[in-house]
Amino acid sequence: MDNLLSITLAIPALAALILALFLRGEDEAAQRNAKWLALIATTATFLISLFILFGFDAQNTGFQFLEEGEWIMGLQYKLGVDGISVLFVMLTTFMMPLTILASWDVKVRVKEYMIAFLLLETLMLGVFMALDLVLFYLFFEAGLIPMFLIIGIWGGANRIYASFKFFLYTFLGSVLMLVAMVAMYVDAQTTDIEVLLNHQFQFETFNLLGVQVVGGLQTLMFIAFFASFAVKMPMWPVHTWLPDAHVQAPTAGSVVLAAILLKMGGYGFLRFSLPMFPVGSEVMAPLVLWMSAIAIVYTSLVALVQEDMKKLIAYSSVAHMGFVTMGIFTANQQGVDGAIFQMISHGFISGALFLCVGVIYDRMHTREIDAYGGLVTRMPAYAMIFMLFTMANVGLPGTSGFVGEFLTLMATFQVNTWVAAIATTGVIFSAAYALWLYRRVVMGDLIKESLKTIQDMTSRERWIFAPLVVMTLLLGVYPALVLDVIGPSVEALVSNYDTALNEAAAATLVAENN
Amino acid sequence: MGADLNAILPEIVLAVYAMLALVGAVYTGKDQVASLLLWATSAVMLALALWIGLNGEGTTVAFNGMFVDDAFARFAKVTILVSAAAVLLMSEGYMTQKGLLRFEYPMLVALAAVGMMVMVSAGDLMALYMGLELQSLALYVVASLRRDSAKSTEAGLKYFVLGALSSGLLLYGASLVYGYSGTTLFSGIIQTAVHGDVSIGLLFGLVFLIAGFGFKVSAVPFHMWTPDVYEGSPTPVTAFFATAPKVAAMALFARVMHDAFGGAVKDWQQVVALLSVLSMFLGAIAAIGQTNIKRLMAFSSIAHMGYALIGLAAGNEAGVQAMLVYMAIYVTMNVGTFAFILMMEKDGQPVTDISSLNNYAKKEPAKALALLVLMFSLAGVPPMLGFFAKFGVWMAGVEAGLVWLVVASAVASAIGAYYYLRIVFFMYFGEDRGDTLDGGKSPVLWGFLMASAAVMVIGIVNLFGIEGAAAAAATALVN
Repeated sequence: MDNLLSITLAIPALAALILALFLRGEDEAAQRNAKWLALIATTATFLISLFILFGFDAQNTGFQFLEEGEWIMGLQYKLGVDGISVLFVMLTTFMMPLTILASWDVKVRVKEYMIAFLLLETLMLGVFMALDLVLFYLFFEAGLIPMFLIIGIWGGANRIYASFKFFLYTFLGSVLMLVAMVAMYVDAQTTDIEVLLNHQFQFETFNLLGVQVVGGLQTLMFIAFFASFAVKMPMWPVHTWLPDAHVQAPTAGSVVLAAILLKMGGYGFLRFSLPMFPVGSEVMAPLVLWMSAIAIVYTSLVALVQEDMKKLIAYSSVAHMGFVTMGIFTANQQGVDGAIFQMISHGFISGALFLCVGVIYDRMHTREIDAYGGLVTRMPAYAMIFMLFTMANVGLPGTSGFVGEFLTLMATFQVNTWVAAIATTGVIFSAAYALWLYRRVVMGDLIKESLKTIQDMTSRERWIFAPLVVMTLLLGVYPALVLDVIGPSVEALVSNYDTALNEAAAATLVAENN
Repeated sequence: MGADLNAILPEIVLAVYAMLALVGAVYTGKDQVASLLLWATSAVMLALALWIGLNGEGTTVAFNGMFVDDAFARFAKVTILVSAAAVLLMSEGYMTQKGLLRFEYPMLVALAAVGMMVMVSAGDLMALYMGLELQSLALYVVASLRRDSAKSTEAGLKYFVLGALSSGLLLYGASLVYGYSGTTLFSGIIQTAVHGDVSIGLLFGLVFLIAGFGFKVSAVPFHMWTPDVYEGSPTPVTAFFATAPKVAAMALFARVMHDAFGGAVKDWQQVVALLSVLSMFLGAIAAIGQTNIKRLMAFSSIAHMGYALIGLAAGNEAGVQAMLVYMAIYVTMNVGTFAFILMMEKDGQPVTDISSLNNYAKKEPAKALALLVLMFSLAGVPPMLGFFAKFGVWMAGVEAGLVWLVVASAVASAIGAYYYLRIVFFMYFGEDRGDTLDGGKSPVLWGFLMASAAVMVIGIVNLFGIEGAAAAAATALVN
């Protein structure tokens, strides 16, 4: 199969097209057909993507499953995966059937809902597969459209504000990245990511409007890309769109947002910022490390005082993404390994936590923490699962949450002890807010009248959680499953980064001596 | 002489057709044949577009350089003729319903088209002015086509007064240019206008010329007429204003800048860049508060002219190519959007308030989806074609070293995205208030809407060969 990636990419889009063109009516049967078609298409995508995973050669650090073709405006259609992107592709295909299952009870405009999610899957997969700058940007940005509609149409009470904020925040960040991409194209005369990875952009310090730009063009490009990825990630202080978007989005929308869309920022740092602008990265890394440390502590504290469950988990996501940016910009093997691991594991854990909120929201139609309490007496299975993911969120050893945090902290300790020390306090805070949330919602006596008749999870809901539970525990006790796949590619990334920095330093030395 | 006439044959055919049809209609059924004339005019224009598109080759200079027929002119002419024909076809239903379908209407559009064709082929300041005035006079009249409406006559009058002012500026500039270069031929001017050696009088003339063109393309600060004229004119006429004349004015702008002042790029680059950045920001910000979709489209077109001007400001071949592609895509988007606006009706009455689109997606999912695609395309969000239009001009801009302009336009496009999203917001996120618009049953309008939305999506696969044609056109103009 020469075009495995294209096939994987096309299945959800084709299913969306079929739904859009051939499914008529709003009745029960049509709704059921839409749901089943979406479920089958996403499952089929997952099964086919397994071929990518099993056919993937981890020792080969180059791009695999390459596909190339001519495109308009001198661009090219080029797809491929390496050790860094392949697991994100898998994470996406793995999570999508679960989100479709989690939306089984949607009643409004079911057909459009499923189309939006299917298109979103194609676009998200495209982000991780694209090997052409503009193709990447196209997928990266186009994902905003279905997400904008998902929040705006199927969201909560304040959805309009949230959807506009989501769109405009991320769009503004991204257009600046596009300008940098155009500049890269003009400089390197190609948009091929594979070629650009080996292209050294200018790093001579120059004077811009009276300011000395250390790292030159690379620093400027780094900042432009940073504007986009930091918003997407999201990093403090541009994270404010995320809690709003999460709170207003429907459950499945939150799951996709937390599990996959946030990972695009981290992936972008690893694919573009670090390897293509090593000098710029080195100049900016201390700033990013400190921003990450602030993000971890600050958003953990903010999470403590939240009264809305989704908002609390959203802030906790920002804190966890802080570990990711911290790990990436240590630019050593452990840090980058840890960052990727943390992203994968956060995909499972935060997705599961939003699903946990969804379970009780579907029953009580409120996300107020105060409206709950003592659920354990009526919902033992739910209490069990919620506890597992709370613990994973805290980073308890034995769950996947621990591995990523530990690796990134260890790597940061070697680079900047103070940042590591501050970030570690975040681990304690996360235990505080997560356990406190759990105590208030699940523990205690069941005294609220409205909760007296609440039902435990249905078998459909249990089946949604089963794969997530398995993955969280499996990666917690055997992290090599992930680390073996990403290891060689990360090693190559880090060594290329170091080589590029050394070359740049040598070149600067020569220039100074002349 | 024969060869000269041969070069200008399409213009002659269209002009003679327009005048014969005018006389014929006066002596026969008058307004009863209007519908027939409208279809015939569209057919003639499409046939001419096909003829020009397929037959033209190389560069022909006629009438001692007054008239140039090259790939650039042909690209612009085909775009102008096709969009004018499309708008004519779209307007039939609306005009009939409003009792505005007079036989003069298609004739005036045809004459305006002749003017535009002369404009883009002009090789001399006199030919330029003749084409421009023929176009403008026809446009003033169609703007006030609804004689009994104060707004429509206001639109016509406003357009006329400001248009006359801009023509005056342009003529003054032309006279200065003639005075300091000693010729009205572009090929003569370019020998005098060499960068570093441009006399102050020639520079003044150049600036006045640019001001005149600024009016015609409605670039800020010469945009004031646009919202009022767009709002006041009958909707099909607005659709016409937003498409063909914009292409013609833009092409003329590029023609003069490159053919006559191509040696002095550095002297006009900053002026054009300033027009561009002002247009983008004013278009983006002023549109936010608009509730009338026609006014909104007016500001949208101002912003889009700003983006297209980046291509011109780049001052190189890539820039001209990007600008032409931008205009072609822009026209396609506008044709689709105006087809939708023409279908906006409640109880048989046209409405232009964007909040009336409330909950439209529930009633008409297909049309709402098409408009959604067009709105995202206008906003420049990938994967729609509108994104590639912007990408093209940005690439030319960065290549020409105008990074500040490109960064500014990136910020402006993010601001501008807001008002396009607002239309999507009304259609998709609105509450059910039970007062949605009528379905709108015109198959012609439906077809144009769907076709243009489809082009926005399918176009990203290969652009229908526009790219190659634009590249040839740019080569013909710049070299």
